[in-house]
Amino acid sequence: MGVNRRDFLKITGLGALAGAGSKVAADLVFKDQAEAREARSNKGAFVGKRWAMVVDTKKCIEKVEKDGCRDCAIACHTVHNVPDFGNPKDEIKWIWQEPYEHAFPNQHHPYTAEGLEGAPFVVFCNHCDNPPCVRVCPTKATFKREDGIVMMDFHRCIGCRFCMAACPYGSRSFNWRNPRPFIQNIQENFPTRMRGVVEKCLFCEERLAEGLSPACVEACKVKALIFGDLEDPDSEVREILHTHRSIQRKPGLGTMPQIYYIV
Amino acid sequence: MYDGGKIVAGLVVFLAVVTSPIWYNVVAGKAEYRPDPKIVSQEKQCVAPKAWMTAMHMTLLNSWRDSVVREDNRVYVAANGKTYNMSLSKTCMQCHPNKSEFCDRCHNYASVNPYCWDCHVEPKEKK
Repeated sequence: MGVNRRDFLKITGLGALAGAGSKVAADLVFKDQAEAREARSNKGAFVGKRWAMVVDTKKCIEKVEKDGCRDCAIACHTVHNVPDFGNPKDEIKWIWQEPYEHAFPNQHHPYTAEGLEGAPFVVFCNHCDNPPCVRVCPTKATFKREDGIVMMDFHRCIGCRFCMAACPYGSRSFNWRNPRPFIQNIQENFPTRMRGVVEKCLFCEERLAEGLSPACVEACKVKALIFGDLEDPDSEVREILHTHRSIQRKPGLGTMPQIYYIV
Repeated sequence: MYDGGKIVAGLVVFLAVVTSPIWYNVVAGKAEYRPDPKIVSQEKQCVAPKAWMTAMHMTLLNSWRDSVVREDNRVYVAANGKTYNMSLSKTCMQCHPNKSEFCDRCHNYASVNPYCWDCHVEPKEKK
């Protein structure tokens, strides 16, 4: 026998209640999660849901072509104890410049707009939403944080370099030798690495925890690097991405890179 | 057993020679030696009681490391409710900047080589 009207109404009513209840419960849970994340961070820390960076390449290229600016790289490599081995084969880089046709090989064609060919584009770890380096890491030394930062646990890295093979952007570098003697000014409050460890840009997670912007963003005099939370609809990054046309590096690979370039 | 006496005597001599460093230290009164790490901190209380820290600091440091690096959780709540920033260089080494007198004394004695300082930068010590 089918359901009579009385039972049908009962079931519908219960269903509606359960639905409304789960909405309330979900709100509580998610609100609590956000609160929990704030609670376990130090006071004044930057807490985001999906960190991302926008590069205003016009400003950047103009400045680089004028005076060979490398402020962001110098600032980053200084605060993170990045060694300089003085040999391009051993080079360790967290943030650097790449000509347009190398940074965006699938955008490049023989009739590329004047000024773009060979123009220096600032590149670094894309903190992909679907990071191939994380997938291949056998020790989970690299992993994606809740806030989207592709993080490295240097303690766990065994130096297999699978991540370097997996990363389509060349964002990772390997310490073939002990880097200590090749660091000019060792910063005491950030660790160096040891021989046999891979390193890369970590979106300055240690600075965010203290309520500071990433070092490259702070160092850029022309404000060409804009850092922010993509899940915050009122953030500057969202505003810029909404009003400008932006491109990503090699988006066809499905890595969902989170560095956006305004060309 | 042929030449039993010679073999036993040889064994006794061998054991005496092999264990002589131990007897030497017992006679010289050094067997009681215990490393004495120097605490220069102005704070009255570490993040946990001293006896617990002596025995378990390595476990605490490992859990701090995992908590900060993997979970982005940087606040340690001590048993007395006080909160600390979980950081080797910014918290531990602020109170114990004398690595050679604090860390190394016991570690050398126990012949352990923790790899903390392969990467973390030890504070400069006044000589």
